[in-house]
Amino acid sequence: MAKVFIYPATSLILSDLVARFGHTPLSAAQSIREHIQTAGLESPPLQISPEDPKKGLKYAAVEVPSGVRGRMSLYGPMIEDADAGIIIHDADFAFGCMGCARTNELIIFLVKKRNIPVLELNYPKNDEEGAEFVAAIRDFLVGLGREK
Amino acid sequence: MSEYIPRYQGSVTKYIFVESPEMTPQDLAVRAYEISGGSMIKETCFGLQVTGTAEDVEKIIEALRLLDPDHIFVKDRGFPPGDPRRCRANLGGARPGFFGHEFEISLIRHVSHGLHKLPERDTQSISHPPSPGPEEKLNISKLKMLIDAQEP
Repeated sequence: MAKVFIYPATSLILSDLVARFGHTPLSAAQSIREHIQTAGLESPPLQISPEDPKKGLKYAAVEVPSGVRGRMSLYGPMIEDADAGIIIHDADFAFGCMGCARTNELIIFLVKKRNIPVLELNYPKNDEEGAEFVAAIRDFLVGLGREK
Repeated sequence: MSEYIPRYQGSVTKYIFVESPEMTPQDLAVRAYEISGGSMIKETCFGLQVTGTAEDVEKIIEALRLLDPDHIFVKDRGFPPGDPRRCRANLGGARPGFFGHEFEISLIRHVSHGLHKLPERDTQSISHPPSPGPEEKLNISKLKMLIDAQEP
């Protein structure tokens, strides 16, 4: 069973398909859960403490906004832990209230830099594309099982 | 800063989405309540949230998926249900993350179609998924125009 980093990290479709085909999706929820289930000092809303942007320094320089570093403290360790990645490129909702464009660019860069198997796709717009989309993800994930 | 004592420590919460012509979130919830054991089930407009130990949640999901495998989708959730930092009862307006779900749910029928067709597909056939096209390079004349526009 491989650990597959998914982008967008909050994607329902990717999270489901990766788990459905027998692998472990690495999604934002897991690192958020880890943060909010750890006792400590109150730091609402996500229990991101002042320590987290410091952890993010491993991935982004000090002059980069603390929001990017804070986000990277959640996503960075998952990218390091991943055996493979699936990236959907036309996920416009990943920018705005759910995320930051610069962090998204950095995430995609770091996933590619790891030299792990990466599948890059767009969202399906019709049923034919849906069939190809699901088949591509299945083939990619089955291939990971064989490599392991 | 006050001390933070997390609720439902050690628990796992998962969203179960149902987008099916044959099943409603209520049907799913009735079945979930039957097999819930000690886990918490929360019915929502799109499906359910299940909170409990990782093993119990996995067993419930496995059983619920069988009801309509191509139309039931599952994902992790970081916060437990009713958490005052995320619950709309406290915040008002759409829950953060709603827009992502709204967008993906609008496409999920294509994924359901893909899952439905998957067994008929030849395992040796090569898939041609929708892919990002080649990155568009900046045209040199457009770059010159931009530079000229910036010069006083």
